[in-house]
Amino acid sequence: MCATCGCDEDSRSTVTDLDSGRVVTRPGPGHAPDHSHGHDHDHDHEADHGHGAAGPARTATRVVTLEQSVLAKNDLLAGRNRDWLAARFILALNVMSSPGSGKTTLLERTVRDLRAEVPVSVVEGDQETLLDAERIRATGCRVVQINTGSGCHLDAEMLGRGLATLDPPVGSLVLIENVGNLVCPALFDLGERARVVVMSVTEGDDKPLKYPHMFRSAQLMVINKVDLAPHVDFDPDRCAGHARTVNPGLEVLSVSATRGDGLDAWYAWLRGHLAARRP
Amino acid sequence: MHELAITESVVASVRDRLGDARVLAVTLEIGRLSGVVADSVRFCFDLCTEGTPLQGARLDIVDVPGGAYCRGCRSDVELVDLIPLCPCGSADLDITSGQELMIRQVEVA
Repeated sequence: MCATCGCDEDSRSTVTDLDSGRVVTRPGPGHAPDHSHGHDHDHDHEADHGHGAAGPARTATRVVTLEQSVLAKNDLLAGRNRDWLAARFILALNVMSSPGSGKTTLLERTVRDLRAEVPVSVVEGDQETLLDAERIRATGCRVVQINTGSGCHLDAEMLGRGLATLDPPVGSLVLIENVGNLVCPALFDLGERARVVVMSVTEGDDKPLKYPHMFRSAQLMVINKVDLAPHVDFDPDRCAGHARTVNPGLEVLSVSATRGDGLDAWYAWLRGHLAARRP
Repeated sequence: MHELAITESVVASVRDRLGDARVLAVTLEIGRLSGVVADSVRFCFDLCTEGTPLQGARLDIVDVPGGAYCRGCRSDVELVDLIPLCPCGSADLDITSGQELMIRQVEVA
């Protein structure tokens, strides 16, 4: 509670400054402007009006043309992440899927199988808990967890902070496990080199048609849990066909992260991108 | 619901540009292929603007239809849904409109 006027600071809206990571609080309406909260209350607008004028001193409104992308800030920060990663020859991949597709299992297996040839670290994104990060850490891999709270996706600012904490070594591989969600993460560029969308055979082969934004924004689709394919009604060819309907250039691999099927092709894909990270 | 983050970003962008000027109306362009649901943005707008100079502002949303150029039949086609497919059968399309997510203008007191 504000000690000067008793207003409840918790009830204010907050705006997060994406450049500094600072949370800026703003007072609500009716808040007395003559005391300090560490921020100013002035209103330096350009329209002319008299503060002490008698009567309704109405002035004409003006229209300001912005023509600015709503995601301009995120895209700016994603660009900084991309430059930061490129300067360190780090390959960062944004791994996305619905909850339960086996992303964490795929990453655990990948860390174990590849760390002899390249340093690997992981950024985990979840709304709550450290559970996935703990699973990754159990492999001996460096990992940071970003909890988004009510947020349904990672954004570039969160990843920037995650990378600063993670401090991955030059020339390494950073796997970013996004929040399990096939809708929202698709819109937010993080600064990754490529996007990988994981889906599993238990999910239904029509998913690419239901969530076209996600599949259109990815470079690779990994179909996981193929060991379960005999038990479910899932046609991998139909799934790949649907995915290529929304994204003709999409690469497709089928794997079982638990049994190991198809992982050589996944590692070959990773090695191809790793080879391209140095000039 | 990423529309909440999108709407917060609209408010932050307007404030970055206009400071504490009292905002009466905001015009957004939302393309049909943008992945953003206009009704959800409307829902979030009142929440995100509360206690800011945008509180009470009118939100005008300009709907932009999806369009593409088909390399197969060399014609412009309208995309009625999110699947980029030309009536000629080709999926080799360049999307030309519908992905907009833009703050077009702001009306200030």
